[in-house]
Amino acid sequence: MSAPQSVRTSTATDPAAFTSQVNALVRDGSRFAGLYGTARRDGCELTALLADTDRFTVLRTLVTPDAHGELHFPSLTPHVLAAFWYERAAHDLSGVVADGHPRLDPLLVLIDGEYGRPHPGRAHSSTSVSLRTPPGPVDVHGRGMFTIPLGPVRSGVFESVEFLIETPGEDIPHLNIRPHYKHRGVAKRFEGRSIDDGVLIAERVEGIASVAHALAYSHAVEAMSGAVVPPKARLLRVVYAELERMANHLDVAMRLAEAAGLAVATSRFAWHKESVMRLVSELCGNRFGRSAVVPGGVAGMPSLDLAAAARALRAIHERVRRDAALAMKTPSFLDRLRGTGILPHDRAAEWASLGPVGRASRLEDDCRWRRPTDAYAELPLATAPPILDAGDVQARMLVRWREIDQSAVLVLAALQRLDREPDDSMCATIDLPEGEAFGIGWSEAPQGEVLYAVTVQDSIIRRCFARSASLHNLAAFHEVFRGDVFTDFAFIEASFGTGYAGVAM
Amino acid sequence: MAWVTRGMRDGRLTTRWPAQKDGYYDEFATSARLRSDAPALADDEKETAAALCPTGAIAVASQNGETSVTLDRGRCVLCGRCVRLFPDTFEWETGTTRVASEAAALISTGAEQADDLKHLRETLAGKVRNLGRSVFIRHVDAGSDGSDEWEVQALANPVYDVHRLGIFFTASPRHADILLVTGIGAAGMTEPLRRTREAMPEPVVVIAAGADAVSGGLMGRSGYTGGFGAGSIIDVDVWVPGAPASPFALMEGILTAIDRLPSRRRERRGRT
Repeated sequence: MSAPQSVRTSTATDPAAFTSQVNALVRDGSRFAGLYGTARRDGCELTALLADTDRFTVLRTLVTPDAHGELHFPSLTPHVLAAFWYERAAHDLSGVVADGHPRLDPLLVLIDGEYGRPHPGRAHSSTSVSLRTPPGPVDVHGRGMFTIPLGPVRSGVFESVEFLIETPGEDIPHLNIRPHYKHRGVAKRFEGRSIDDGVLIAERVEGIASVAHALAYSHAVEAMSGAVVPPKARLLRVVYAELERMANHLDVAMRLAEAAGLAVATSRFAWHKESVMRLVSELCGNRFGRSAVVPGGVAGMPSLDLAAAARALRAIHERVRRDAALAMKTPSFLDRLRGTGILPHDRAAEWASLGPVGRASRLEDDCRWRRPTDAYAELPLATAPPILDAGDVQARMLVRWREIDQSAVLVLAALQRLDREPDDSMCATIDLPEGEAFGIGWSEAPQGEVLYAVTVQDSIIRRCFARSASLHNLAAFHEVFRGDVFTDFAFIEASFGTGYAGVAM
Repeated sequence: MAWVTRGMRDGRLTTRWPAQKDGYYDEFATSARLRSDAPALADDEKETAAALCPTGAIAVASQNGETSVTLDRGRCVLCGRCVRLFPDTFEWETGTTRVASEAAALISTGAEQADDLKHLRETLAGKVRNLGRSVFIRHVDAGSDGSDEWEVQALANPVYDVHRLGIFFTASPRHADILLVTGIGAAGMTEPLRRTREAMPEPVVVIAAGADAVSGGLMGRSGYTGGFGAGSIIDVDVWVPGAPASPFALMEGILTAIDRLPSRRRERRGRT
């Protein structure tokens, strides 16, 4: 349960004060966690989200149209690198221009010039997406330089995204990322929906982290209404979230093994992932844990006997543990992981990297420890999240292996407590105040922190900012190719564990 | 060397489906549908049922002054609200996936329904005859939520292992016989999808997999990014419902498309 006092809200008098306040907070050690625009009658309200050790700061300002009817504010990016993509996204969706931004190219969507922007928060907006994508920018010039477009249709069964790799043939001095192809207009999909429908949309923002998104959304709604989630529901939420983490981390292991050409290891990890997904489906009826989490609690008790679930998980974890140990002793695997795709600590800190990507670069931020929700505070967490220093693909994989072990411990403990918990209620009622209400919620997805900022008007969603860790982290993907060559790309990409649906929105 | 023995440690993991039934497919819901023995709902209950569906899959149709309820599997995202609130009227469909040659054939009316399968086989016979015993699939994500790709990837894992059925994935559209489309058909993917289709040598079987690709699902339909499913961009031959379509549903869709489901199954399906 997200405690309301862990969020501090303030409003800046004008955009210039807003930018300098955000800059000051980041300089004083706050982590930049997101920026979005909400259409208001007299302009666009900008909201910045900043994270401290144990709380969030929400900072707002109203950007009003200038003499030409345009919306301008001083860019955050020159001082806050992590705002780079958010300002591009806010320009795409809300039409606010960040003055001084180094490159305000479209990121999420290419709008057909004759139409307006989607303006999240405005009930009626007419907009149309351009069907044709112009050629991408060319940033590196020199003898023998050329650009290889990787995507949007990838060479395998992957989500659509385009990497424009500028290369002299082997090295990757620079690349541009264009995720706009599969933009689904997620922000607008939330609007006008009821609180109950909202959770279904949240589950589909980033389908491979459905539970984490449903949780972050539900936490935001619960914070607004003051609802207290019953104990059994809090435990079950941990079970679903941790199983989702195991499946995602095993997916990364599988893709790394596949890139290294280890056929048996690929099959083994794919089997383990399938086993975890089957366990989830036996518990809640859906392989992705969908419709299991609802605002106020969970849909119901698992259909599988708890002791049987614990037995199944122990067996899966034992197999994973042994195969992980073998993989991390296999030279042909480690050779490709070690020293590949290094994200140094200071660069990771500038990008405010989240999840396993950040933790492999010594950024010690994990919602489960820092800002625990649901039953995390009651369960036997290790003293600190697994942190490593090297910042390479190997470190990111090692962090994930340790997280899998931690997840297994958490799930087993939660299942045991579920059995003993006398309170049988599953879901608290959500009573929202009349008029406008605002709440933020978070959860730790396998990719890192998921953050939701929800504004409702008379129990109908007016604006929902869904911030996936994938979007936040992918911006730092530009940085990690120093000294790496083309064949390292698959490893580095897999090690980020990105859900591109959550990037393109 | 250690991996060699590791690979043999757990014996056969692969399902026997479609030659034999698979327990997991049988207990796994692929869609909601109307019960054949459903009692008639009162008029206000019909409206309630239609209103509670987040994708509008449940509709009240009126014919000759009588109103009846229908459920479009192509729009069903398996949220389970209808099954929970009207358990006498709606139920889960398990152990089979209604694969169809027209999106409209996915609509469940509860009454005895003419099976679309015969029609599908007749329509595709000409194409499929030329494909032979082994097919190559090119997958394109046209705006999915990411879960569809996991399920398509799962087909290659040792549990489903579609290679045993002569089904392979290929990176090049030039080598592909089947185009498997997931996602809502987002505007940005219109051109890449069309160009992939054009690059494929005829004959081509196009499969739209999952509610997103069939109808736009929950994320498509009324947004500014298009999203009326794969059928709004290219011609689709086979429609496979699901949210996302599970690996078994995908296998059933692919095998139906190339007419490779064992006849015993076909008969059983014909009766129900």
